[in-house]
Parts: sequence; C-alpha cells; structure tokens
Amino acid sequence: MAINPKKHEMPTQEPAVRAHNFDEVALGYSEEIAIAEAQRCLNCKNAPCVNGCPVNIDIPNFISHIKDGDFESAYNVISLSSSLPAVCGRVCPQETQCESKCTLGIKFEPVGIGRLERFVADWHNNNSKEQPVKPQSNGHKVAVVGSGPSGLTCAGDLAKKGYEVTVFEALHTAGGVLVYGIPEFRLPKSIVAKEVETLKALGVKIETNVVIGKTLTIDELFESGFKAVFIGSGAGLPNFMGIPGESLKGVYSANEFLTRSNLMKSYLQNPDTPIMKGGKVAVVGGGNVAMDAARTALRLGAEQVYIVYRRSMDELPARKEEVEHAKEEGIIFKLLCNPTEILGYNNPDNPRDEKNGFVTGMKCIKMELGEPDEKGRRRPVPVENSEFIIDVDTVIMSIGTSPNPLIKNTTDGLEVNRWGGIVVNEDGLTSRDAVYAGGDAVTGAATVISAMGAGKVAAKAIDEYLSNK
Amino acid sequence: MYKIVTKKELNPTVTQMEIKAPLVANKALPGQFIILRVDDMGERIPLTVAGVNKQNGTVKIIFQIVGATTHKLNQKNEGEFIQDFVGPLGEPTHIDGLKKVCIVGGGVGCAIAMPIAEALHQKGCEVTSIIGFRNKDLVILEDEFKSCSDSLHIMTDDGSYGRNGNVCVPLSEMLSGGEQFDMIITIGPLVMMKFVVEAARPYGTPVTVSMNPIMIDGTGMCGGCRLTLNIDGKRVTKFACVDGPDFDGYQVDFDEAMSRGRMYSDFERHAYEESCNLFRKA
Repeated sequence: MAINPKKHEMPTQEPAVRAHNFDEVALGYSEEIAIAEAQRCLNCKNAPCVNGCPVNIDIPNFISHIKDGDFESAYNVISLSSSLPAVCGRVCPQETQCESKCTLGIKFEPVGIGRLERFVADWHNNNSKEQPVKPQSNGHKVAVVGSGPSGLTCAGDLAKKGYEVTVFEALHTAGGVLVYGIPEFRLPKSIVAKEVETLKALGVKIETNVVIGKTLTIDELFESGFKAVFIGSGAGLPNFMGIPGESLKGVYSANEFLTRSNLMKSYLQNPDTPIMKGGKVAVVGGGNVAMDAARTALRLGAEQVYIVYRRSMDELPARKEEVEHAKEEGIIFKLLCNPTEILGYNNPDNPRDEKNGFVTGMKCIKMELGEPDEKGRRRPVPVENSEFIIDVDTVIMSIGTSPNPLIKNTTDGLEVNRWGGIVVNEDGLTSRDAVYAGGDAVTGAATVISAMGAGKVAAKAIDEYLSNK
Repeated sequence: MYKIVTKKELNPTVTQMEIKAPLVANKALPGQFIILRVDDMGERIPLTVAGVNKQNGTVKIIFQIVGATTHKLNQKNEGEFIQDFVGPLGEPTHIDGLKKVCIVGGGVGCAIAMPIAEALHQKGCEVTSIIGFRNKDLVILEDEFKSCSDSLHIMTDDGSYGRNGNVCVPLSEMLSGGEQFDMIITIGPLVMMKFVVEAARPYGTPVTVSMNPIMIDGTGMCGGCRLTLNIDGKRVTKFACVDGPDFDGYQVDFDEAMSRGRMYSDFERHAYEESCNLFRKA
C-alpha cells in the first residue's frame, strides 16, 4: 500500500470565523481520520520518536492500537507515561520533538503524533466510563508547590504509587499556566479541569489560595509532616525592555494581558475584571506566549494586531502551527524590527484630560541579522536612521520572565543560579535534602512538556528516596 | 470559601470585616496585604491587613466602598462566605529599631496605618499620629489611634471635626518647629502621600509610603502593579506585590502611579453603576 506523503489535515474552524470567537481552533480528528493517519506509522523497531518525547511515551504502541480501532488501549499506553495527554496533544511542539525523529519524516511528512495523541485523549474523555482508582496509601506525605504542568505530573505519578500528595496553588484555580496563560481557543479550560479531576480521583488533594513562601514556607511543610517537597512554582515576574513609555496606560506584560483574559474571564460579556479591547495592538516578542497574546487581542475585537520581533521568520521561536494559525487569522508580522520607545498622549493645556498617559504609538527601529551569537543565532543589529512609528493603542510585552523570588527568599539553603533559577541535579534534587524542583522555576520560560518531563523525573527520584528511607 | 465572622460599619462608606482564614492570620504582619474574590466570577482585589486575631484565626480588613467589587463585598453579611482569600502578601513594614515615628494616615488608609502604629507603640516607640478625613462623618478609628499614639492630630478638610486642613499642616509645623522623627510612615491617597514627601523633603526625614496599585495575582506573576522608582538618577521598575507595598517615598514616581491608577476609571464607573442597579432591582 502506498504511503500518503502528507499528514491528514487537522480540521479547524475557518480563520475568518474563529478570529472572532474563543472556541477551540483545531477541531480534532474523527475516528476515520485517526485510523487512516495511524496507518501511516511504519512501526519502526528502534522507535526514534520515543526518544524525541520528553516523557518517553511508547508512541508506536499507542498508534498500533489506533490502527486496530482500540482507542481505550491506546489511551492506557499513553497514560503510563503522561498524566496530561489531552493537554500535550494540543500544546506540545511536536515538530521539534517526537515528530522531528519520525522515520517517515525523512522522505515525507512525519506521522501526526500530536494529533493522534489528542484524538486518543479526547476519545477517552468523551467515551470512557472507567474511573481512576485511588491506590492503597503507602503512608508517605508529599507536598507539591504549584499546580501547573510540572506539579500536576509529579503529583499524578506519586499518587499512582500510593503517596498522599497535596498540591498547593497560589491562585484560586488549579492548572497554573494551563489556565492563566494558554487561551481557551488553544486549550479549553474544561480539558484542564477534567485532568485535575482525574488527579483528585487518584487521591491528590489540591489546596488553592496558598502561596508557598508566604502563607506557608517550605520548612513549615516539613514540620507539618510532609516527607518530600516538589517545587514547580513556574516562571515569575515579567521582563520589560527598559525603554521609555513602558508604564503608560495600555502597556501590558503578556502575563497580565493573558491572565486578565483567561483566568479572570475578561473575554466574556460583563466581566468584573477589565481589559483594554479593540483598537490597534502590538505584541513585542516571537514566542508561543506572544502568539497567544496577539490572537487573544484579535478575538477581543482589535482592528489590527502586530507581532513585533527583532529577528526574522526563521528564528521565530513559537510553535509552527501557532504561527500559521496567527497568519491565517490576519495577524501582521513586523519582523526585523525592535521597539525603542512607546509614545503616549499628553495634552499640555489640560493635565486633567482623560486621554493623558494612554498609548498612541510605538517607535521602532529596523534590524538586520549580523554575526551569530554564542548560541549560534544571528544577532540582530539596528539599521541606523531607520526609525519609524507604528500607530497603536495597546502594547503587550512578551519578552520572557525572571524567576519568582518568594520561595528563594524564604528557604534557607536553597541554591539558585545567577538568573534566580533553582539549581537541581539530574534527579531534580535541589541543594536542600528532600526538596526537588522542576519546570520554569528551574529552567526559565520553556514548554509545557519539558516541565512535565521534569515533574516526572522528580516523582521517580522522590519515590526512590522515600522507599529507601 | 472563607467565612465573614464579624461585620461592622465604621462610617457610611467604610466597612470592617473579620474573615476566618487561620493560615493568613497566623502569618500576617502590619503592612502586608491579602487578595480576595467575592464570588466565582469576581475580580481579585488587594486589601491591606488591618489586624489579626491568631486565636480565632481571623483577619481584619477595612475597605471603602468605591467600586463594583467593594460594593458587592459590602452586601455580604456576618455568617456568609467569600470565595477566595489569600495571603499574607508583600513585605511587612520595617519597624525594627525605630524610636520616634510620625504616622500619617488619610481616609481609609488610616485602617492600614493603625496596626503599624500599634506595633510601633508595643515596641516602645514614640508614636505621633496625624489622621485626616474629608469631614466629621468619615472619621474612623479615633479611639484605636488614641490608645497607641503619644500624640494624635485629627484633621478634616472642612473643619467639621478636629482641626481644619490637611495632614501636611501639623506635619510641617512640627518639622519646622524642630521636631525630629526617625521615620515618617504615610498611607493614604497617592496625592496625599506625594505631598507628605514634599513636606518632609526640606528636612530630609525618611518617608515610607505604602503603595496600592492595581493588581491581579499579587504574587509576582502579572506585573500589573509595577511602578517606577528613581534610584541614583536611574529609573527602576519595581513590583508592589513582591518588592513592596512599602517604598522609599523620595524614590517613587507618584505622577506615573496616579496616571496608571486611572487606567480603568471609565470601566469602573460603568461597572459600579451596573452593580448598584443590580442591587436596586434585587
């Protein structure tokens, strides 16, 4: 049988329609498409794709169950390695992970592994009646700080082994970046809630409104009987560029803009939490968060949305599919372009003018790519006298974050590197006994799946540590 | 859910509540704040801790009914619950080693100033308190201030109670009369704090101001609460939620903070009217 050289297309909402709603963009494979796509898999003996997966899902095995139409078995295979398949199938950068290693990809398009993972997880959520069973307790209490991808993964893996896990979440809803950061149209919140419910059924306790480092310290967790702690507190304070005008009204960090829309539901009618809607919006940065912010702004009613990025399309770090979707929806990419100043309204005759202090534009300079830097990426350099002004009302800075200081400041003996990231060994162990860490709190801003991988590694190490105690 | 254990109207626009939150009560120190949500779709608002009762596990909050959320909060009664209550957040006010302090509170800011005055008083510090209000009906916490201050000056804008004038009047008199304070700690409207700094400037008295910008998470994630400090000629961005809420008054860019505070004033006006209409209909 001849192999279809292309992945089966993901059914999506039409760009012109979805640009005005918050419903999910990608609609998911049907059973027929999933089986057809699964049949493209060569079932390689050495399975290079598995090594490309940060949590080492047995990919050929789950795909072969799809070929047989046995979707629940496929789900069970994924579950052995991943606590959050419905999430990963949606937000993993598969093109740089599993799919980049696919043998089929040498000559053709690789197997749509991510799309199949999503299909299997959704099929399970919609059809399976099986309830997860709470395992017999082994009597050890473990605390997990933060309910984002690394914390939930660590909690899930430990709960399955019989640990009594409590997850402490600073915000009012569990999910971390999955609920405050990633928008509804890319990852519906009902899916995150479902994954959290599954963990609860496994016996995981979730305590919201507890800020570790403030409400309780790491030392107090040990005093109250926890035998090990995993810190998955995530990325921290947003970075700003340090250019004039960043405190004008209408300048947001991407974290703030997305939190207002996602966590606080500003995108709904008559929300209690306000957000600036409409007008012209510039998002500065080229990562997934920048794409999320730009596409959220569009859906909130912006007439024009720009991505302003200092390098070119080739260096854009966002997931390819998100960039494609953003382009289709009409986001304008201003590449090789860097802001130098944000301009604001100022009525010299009337200091009480209500428009004073609001953003009116952004001054940018054109860039060109020069010599490669130490990471091998070509360094952008400004082109002299090439400044120009973009007419905008809102500017969203999406240029990364710096680690949150709350836990570091209240935990004696917890070593951090010069960026403020928590230092860990290959098992996720920090400089403190029985304290493990992973995810963005260690690496700085990275992906959901790498955070999950870190949660998994730490769960294994915590299990070994406590079983030998 | 967090229970409202007591509720008391301090004046027609200011309400005091004690909320059952043992973990917060166990930790909170003067100068720190909490964040609450009234109901499931509510916004997160920061309120400074006005006192704690560790034994009962309660935290005292005092709020002015200024917008939709505080209006909604004020509709709740003793025995009812609010959705979320998290803290204590921010750094406590630094009071160690202070021997003689002037506390300057304005309006509902006095609610935040009071526990600091109390803490200083308990440590044996000489406390001078100046508290200012628009008029007699709005005066709050007079007895509480009396019991922890070595001298108390009450000011009203219209002269209907205490002395006529703003809080800077007695402060300037004392400073020009040669009174020396280790520190002036001021909490109130931004414009008041700005003028307290100006009143102190000629004498070089250190001034601590308590900033309460717009916040969402309050834990150092969103950056909405950022403000600019002028430190040695450089403009430095700080976050009120984790670096503050207290700052050196001489460094704060008040004009910028005031402008940022008005970012959503249109929205808020509208939301307040909506919420008032809703309760009127109900």
